[in-house]
Formats: sequence, structure tokens, C-alpha cells
Amino acid sequence: MNVKQEQYNQVIPPEGHEGPGFFATRFDKVIGLARKNSIWPLPFATSCCGIEFMATMGAHYDLARFGSERLSFSPRQADLLMVMGTIAKKMAPVVQQVYVQMAEPRWVLAVGACASSGGIFDTYSVLQGIDRVVPVDVYVPGCPPRPEQIIEGFMKIQELAGKESLRRRYSPEYKELLKSYGI
Amino acid sequence: MTPEENNIASKITRRFGAGILKTDTSSDMLTVTAEKGIIHEVIRVLKEDKEMNFSFLTTLCGIHYPDEPLPLGVVYHLHNLEEKLRVRIKTFLTADFPHVPTVTDLFSAANWMERETFDFYGIIFDGHSNLKRILNVEYLDYFPLRKEYPLEDPTREDKDDRYFGR
Repeated sequence: MNVKQEQYNQVIPPEGHEGPGFFATRFDKVIGLARKNSIWPLPFATSCCGIEFMATMGAHYDLARFGSERLSFSPRQADLLMVMGTIAKKMAPVVQQVYVQMAEPRWVLAVGACASSGGIFDTYSVLQGIDRVVPVDVYVPGCPPRPEQIIEGFMKIQELAGKESLRRRYSPEYKELLKSYGI
Repeated sequence: MTPEENNIASKITRRFGAGILKTDTSSDMLTVTAEKGIIHEVIRVLKEDKEMNFSFLTTLCGIHYPDEPLPLGVVYHLHNLEEKLRVRIKTFLTADFPHVPTVTDLFSAANWMERETFDFYGIIFDGHSNLKRILNVEYLDYFPLRKEYPLEDPTREDKDDRYFGR
């Protein structure tokens, strides 16, 4: 059965018990599967990495294949904050506020050198990496990264979303992490 | 120096005498260096004199020459749109007392430019109605384009000099 599904590029079901007319598996696996294949990204694009992201969303690379057909321009409905480009220090509180407005579970992808570390802009006006204001799950290197790299980063986020325990967001470590950012 | 520029230079020099420190042409443009005490009056005359008629403030910015006796400067560019003439006016200040009168009463466009100059060089424009930072974050505690401050972000910890040939 799995062979046939792979042939049609379908999502492979998690381990479980199968019989005529029913399939039983673990709740967290089903939820993880649903979450990882329906991530709504919020694109926070400020410069050239944003242009690469436009290519990633376009027909040729087609991020919609990964369940992200629908971008969310409101943080309220977004699952993934994709920060693509240089973030000026004056913009830092805005990035943090967008993150705060997102509902749990939420992930953050830092795309490109600037979002990851400030990049070549080691200067008084530029934030030296968005991990100074929000916790980051995956960093994508490159200046700018190619769409393939952005997709790879996105798939790493999917991996996290699929495997994450349902209770991780209530853990003291997670609360401590947010507290260290003043969120 | 073209005859028109020569005319303007001699007119300004005649009017203000020793207050005009230098008139020359650099980068194809008449440059008048004036003492800071008369700078407002010089700009007012250039604007309001019917023959000179420099009615447009193209730009206003600061500059820092740390080795000069008067290290901080303000540069104004004026434009006579009808005669297609431009003039550059400079004035220099001490680092201890970087005060210069505002020209917002003559040109409203100077408002944001003076704020920007204050933001980056700490030059204080006396009489400006709202002199506060415009581009940088409010909590910045120095003037980043002054030469004594490093360009690099002072909070970055991961930069090891060995990797940068220093």
C-alpha cells in the first residue's frame, strides 16, 4: 500500500492499527501530521531574501506543495513567522510584536544572513540577528539563499512541527525561553 | 568660477566682509564658507535678495573632520531654480559647543534635515521646534557618524579579530 501512495506523492500515514474501515493511531501523531502539512506562513520580507521567497511561492518552486498555499498576512492566523531580510534596530520591536500576536503553536524561520546574524550589516543601525528579539527555530544561511534552501529550511520546520510533543509549549523550559526574551 | 558665481561671491563678500572666510569653486559649484554667527543672515540674504533669489534649499547635512580646529560642520545647498544656479554654504563649529541657529524660519524643508543632522552628528540647531532623533532608535546614546565612534555594532560578541585579519 505504501508503495502506491509514494507513487502518487501522498503523505505517508504514521504507524497504527489498520482494518477494514478503520485506522487507529496516536493522537499526537495525527495532530503533528495535520500541523506540519498545513503551515500558514507569515512572510516578513524586508529585502532581497524576500525576492527569493517570492520565487519560492511562485509556480516554479511552489511552496504550496508543502501545504503552505495560503500565506497569512495577519499574525493571528499564522503558524510560522518567516523573517527574510535586514531588520533595522528600529524595526526590532515590530518583529517582536508580530511574534507576540501569533497564536501557539508558532515557529520562526530566519531566512538569510541578515535575519540570522545581521550579515554584512555589522553597523550601529542594524539588529545583529532576529534571535535578539524572538526565539528562532531554524536558520537558513545564504545571501540571499536560493529557493531550494528556503524550502529546505521550511522542511526542517515541518519536521519540528510533526515531531513536537503536544505539551512542549507548556513546559517550564519553553516558558523560561520566552521569559528570557521578555515575551 | 563663472561670471554669475563671481558676481554672487563678490556681493556676499561685500555685504558681510570678514564674516565670509572663503569663497571658492569645488566640484563645479560655488562654495561660501561663513562664520557661524552670520550663517542665518547669509542664507536669508541669498534667499530674499531679488537678484540672487536662491529660493530652494536642496539639502542640509553635517560633516565631521576630527583633526581640524573646528571639527564639526554644517553644509547647506541652495538652488536658484530660475537662473539654474546653485551655491554651497559651509560653517564650522567647535566640538564643545556645536550650536548653530536654525533655518526652519526661512525654509520649512530644513526641519527634518536639521533633525537628521542632529541625529547623526549631535549638532544643535538653536530655535528648532522639535529637535529630536528622526532616523535612529530613540535609545541610542551617541552620534553614530562622528568619527570617534566605531561603525560596527558594539553589542556583537561573535566577531573574533583573527578571522578578519586584524
